[in-house]
Amino acid sequence: MLEIEEKLQAELTRGIEALQTVVTVESLEAWKQDFLGKSSLVMQTYGSMGKLAKEERPIVGKAVNQLKVGLEAALAEKEEGIKTASQQETFTKETLDVTLPGRKPRRGRIHPLHLTLRQIYQIFADMGFQIYRSPEVETDDYNFTFLNIPPYHPARDMWDTFYTDKEGVVLRTHTSPGQVRVMRERAPQNIRVILPGTTMRYEQLTARSEIEFIQVELLVVGKGITFADMRGTLNDFARRTFGENARTRLRPSFFPFTEPSAEMDVQCFVCGGEGCGVCKGTGWLEILGCGMVHPTVLRYGGYDPGVYSGFAAGMGIDRSTLMRYHIDDIRHFRNNDIRFLEQF
Amino acid sequence: MKAPLSWIKDYIDLDGIGIEELANLLTNVGLEVESVQLVGVEKPAGILKNKYFGLPWDKEKFVVAEVVEVNQHPNADRLTLCELNDGTGITTVLTGAPNMVPYLGKGRLDQPLKVAYAREGAMLYDGHQPGQVVTKLKKTTIRGVESRSMICSEKELGISEEHEGIIELDADAPVGMPLVDYMGDVVYEVAILPNMARDASILGIARELSAVTGRPLRLPQGIALEDGGEITEKVGLEVRDTELNPRFMLGMVEGTQARKSPYWVQRRLSLAGMRPIDALVDATNYTMLEIGEPLHAFDYDLLRERAGGKPTIITRTACEGEKITLLDGSEPQLDTQMELVTDGVGPLSIAGVMGGGETGVHGETRNLLIESANWNFINLRKTLSKTRINSEAAYRFSRDVHPALAETALSLCLKRVQEWGGGEVVRGVLDDYGKPYEDTVNRLSAENIAEVLGQEISLEESTQILERLGFTCWMEGGELVAKSPSTRTDIETGIIGQRNLIEEIARVYGYERIAGKRLSDELPPQVGNPDLEAEERIRDIMVSIGLQDTLAYRQTSPEREARLFIGRKAPQGLTYVRLKNPITPERTVMRRSAMATMLELLEYNTKFRPGLALFELGPVFLPVADEVLPHEALRLSIGLTGAWDVASWDRPQSKAMDFFDLKGVVEALLDGLHLEGVKFQSTAHPSFHPGKCAEVRVGEEILGVMGELHPQVKKNYAFGQDPVLVAEFDGEMLVRLSSEVFINRAISGYPAMVEDIALIVDESVPAEDLEALIWQAGGKLLVDVKLFDVYRDARLGEGKKSLAYQLTYQAFDRTLNDKDSLNIRNRIVKQTKNTFGAVLRSQ
Ligand SMILES: [Zn+2]
Repeated sequence: MLEIEEKLQAELTRGIEALQTVVTVESLEAWKQDFLGKSSLVMQTYGSMGKLAKEERPIVGKAVNQLKVGLEAALAEKEEGIKTASQQETFTKETLDVTLPGRKPRRGRIHPLHLTLRQIYQIFADMGFQIYRSPEVETDDYNFTFLNIPPYHPARDMWDTFYTDKEGVVLRTHTSPGQVRVMRERAPQNIRVILPGTTMRYEQLTARSEIEFIQVELLVVGKGITFADMRGTLNDFARRTFGENARTRLRPSFFPFTEPSAEMDVQCFVCGGEGCGVCKGTGWLEILGCGMVHPTVLRYGGYDPGVYSGFAAGMGIDRSTLMRYHIDDIRHFRNNDIRFLEQF
Repeated sequence: MKAPLSWIKDYIDLDGIGIEELANLLTNVGLEVESVQLVGVEKPAGILKNKYFGLPWDKEKFVVAEVVEVNQHPNADRLTLCELNDGTGITTVLTGAPNMVPYLGKGRLDQPLKVAYAREGAMLYDGHQPGQVVTKLKKTTIRGVESRSMICSEKELGISEEHEGIIELDADAPVGMPLVDYMGDVVYEVAILPNMARDASILGIARELSAVTGRPLRLPQGIALEDGGEITEKVGLEVRDTELNPRFMLGMVEGTQARKSPYWVQRRLSLAGMRPIDALVDATNYTMLEIGEPLHAFDYDLLRERAGGKPTIITRTACEGEKITLLDGSEPQLDTQMELVTDGVGPLSIAGVMGGGETGVHGETRNLLIESANWNFINLRKTLSKTRINSEAAYRFSRDVHPALAETALSLCLKRVQEWGGGEVVRGVLDDYGKPYEDTVNRLSAENIAEVLGQEISLEESTQILERLGFTCWMEGGELVAKSPSTRTDIETGIIGQRNLIEEIARVYGYERIAGKRLSDELPPQVGNPDLEAEERIRDIMVSIGLQDTLAYRQTSPEREARLFIGRKAPQGLTYVRLKNPITPERTVMRRSAMATMLELLEYNTKFRPGLALFELGPVFLPVADEVLPHEALRLSIGLTGAWDVASWDRPQSKAMDFFDLKGVVEALLDGLHLEGVKFQSTAHPSFHPGKCAEVRVGEEILGVMGELHPQVKKNYAFGQDPVLVAEFDGEMLVRLSSEVFINRAISGYPAMVEDIALIVDESVPAEDLEALIWQAGGKLLVDVKLFDVYRDARLGEGKKSLAYQLTYQAFDRTLNDKDSLNIRNRIVKQTKNTFGAVLRSQ
């Protein structure tokens, strides 16, 4: 090996070692001058190639090229490292206060009563119930007479009715008129429907009572439908709504369109039956009225009560939604105060 | 109905059943307990499912005592000093009770007065404050006389609101006995269901308890009645219409006195919510509360005076123009449907509702005629619907009373009048029972019961339940035959009668004992509800765009809806579904306009948020000529105002929304519903800004209208500067035209070419038409056209505008080249020039 070759190899080792101590852009420039500048060994060797013996030229040429490539590769790596480090420093200066609030997108929400309705639709759909809707302005016949509440019957006192200026036309006081409407449409098929919708009663508007509210009614008609079927179906509904361990109780009640009639209570989901403000200390929440469809109603619907039987149940969803979200005023639902609606 | 426990216990032994347990028994049998009033009794321990109120009387502090002498207070005319023995000795008690005044100066009383006495430290209700305010009895000095204790009125003990006089207990009250042991009570307030009107009586409630506990019922005994007799000489009777008046009975007591009833009677009436008056009135009220049959008492001498001899009672409907002044002083309008009790001279009472003021009993009544009758409840309800009179009698008769009760009630009432008011019962009664009621008979098999309940209840157990409810039962051919008791009229016959009996059996058996099953009948034919599904899809799309779902009141007023028009002048001839009995002047009709509702919602909420984006999907009510019911037309309304973006801490509030924000929302919705062939057309509408209103068409059909609210209409509402944007669409059409299924467009794998083009056209050229032509000219390689700028400048020329589009070209089978794009571009330039005179704007 020629002396010059050894010298060039040593220069590469020296250059890489020197580069290790370089950390700033300035010292990198100095390094470049030392090892790749005009007076560097590399450039001087190139300059003195002509003075070399003819047979030595290719050998030295190859060696100096290797040296140059080696130094340049080391330089490129170092430059990248220095750049990354300085960027990292810039990034650090850009650190955000991640606790500042995010920008709010405009978000639409479903109205809380519509949310409750959807939940009920889902639960009953799972049990094979279809949805049937009927008019909000009804005839006296459908709202009362066909439901076994003839004119002047004492049971009419149970509903504070809005009458229209048209004789025999009322604002429906319950979704029950839909019972007879769906029966007349589907007789003699089996029926398994829910009847949702707005109903209206002449009441004082207070935090607890509304003139307009949404009811959901259930109707099952078929052969061999019993009180026990009703109880089982409603228990399933209560468990789906209030949790697997929800306890229910049935107590006697009266509705002209069902017999026997019952009121179903569910154990208060707030206090678990110990008594609290939501259940007014009783441990129970009244959630729905129900009963076996009255033979007279079946007849009006076109079903022979000697052959068919059925059950019906009705619940007001405004009140259950109030309880569910601890809402203090039933009027919020229809006042549509944006501050209220935005919470859902 | 308020039922004192002490009274119920007259008819059934309830020993060993706690206060709370009894309340639950009542509720479970169908008599829902609304509250339990504790009268002196301690509240039961444990978790209580019922609402309790009331005040316990400490046994040490409240006792029975006797006043032995009444003296004048030395310094006050209206105060008396009572010498009182409370069982431990004599003390002086000061009282201002007016009912002590008559005993003044009598010295030692022959018959000491028994009173309810409260010692110092007793907790009682303040007699001088309205309502029930608990206070502690403390030593005071009144006009120089020290007072440490007191003699109580009913108010202080929580029995009634009466605080004028002190209670005068019955003479047999044992001195020194704790008051709670002597007359402590529990009052159950129960809700009476319409089909259990027979239980609007203490005996009715006791009968239900007998059925549910199995304990025997003790019926009260009246005097024996015989038809005819001496009474026929005193008074005559004529019933004109037995349909309206199935039964009418008269009994009579002579030489009686309207003195005070025994205190236990007064106390029971007070606790049951009726004011004690005197022995005669109390006897009728007591009997009504006891068995549920209302009675009416006449002063016989007044009737005789009117008639100028032997009076005759005539029941008939009112004649045209007849008048009556009732006990409460009111003069209701009578008409020929209303049944009256009259004598030859004129009306005495509105039958079953309320008596006249002229012939009723009064303090001096000596000879008493008692009416015990039965009235057609439907006719009576017609009367009530017109006269709007509330009375205890009307409450019961309007729910149908069994005619047999008239007889029971008369016999009990005559006995009570004689016992409490003295005198002699005149022999015999008048009884016109023109329409005897036939008690129903029903047959029931074990299968009948199981078919309805889904649970077997044996005929033996069913028989026991029905018998305890008063039915007469026997077996016949393996079936249970049950005859209804002569106390109720609610049991029908046939399949309904069977159902009535099954309900009676089930509720006493206990609903809680019937286990639930899962439905196992065959599912009905499966049908969906496409309308509802589409509506919910609309809701989801609107919410996904960022709008808030709302729910509207159906009731409004024409005045509110008139705000939609300039000067609040609605067009003539708008028909409404009008309410006969509106709850407020703000809600007199069913709404016609969803837009009116939406504007109110925006108006209400603008003060809470700088930007609003709401929608509502619900019906409006449009009367239809010759139809009974209105058309309930589904409407979708949209309302926007203020900024769309919600301001944040580093970004200022963005610009207020305008027409095109609304249009964007509408387009997004229609796109989401996959409606085809939608067109927006400038239109005029009285509620909208004349230049900023569009009609939305789908093919030939008009979906609705949208735009910026007319500035002069906006003045009708409390809005600020920002434009108010509203749309109202025909929801049924949206539902009908929307489709869940659509044809998905394929996506090309080859690169697209994008270029911009700006065309100068006359102002009058609608952007929509120009764009349609670009699409047409572009051919199938043109896959997207986006308008990105509209520019107007004098240099373009008067009445000209420049529309700049970004065009995207793409093929499905190759990469396009410059030649392709030049071809497309040239076609577009040429055709728009030919059709609209469009000029390509130089860059
Ligand atoms: Zn609770």
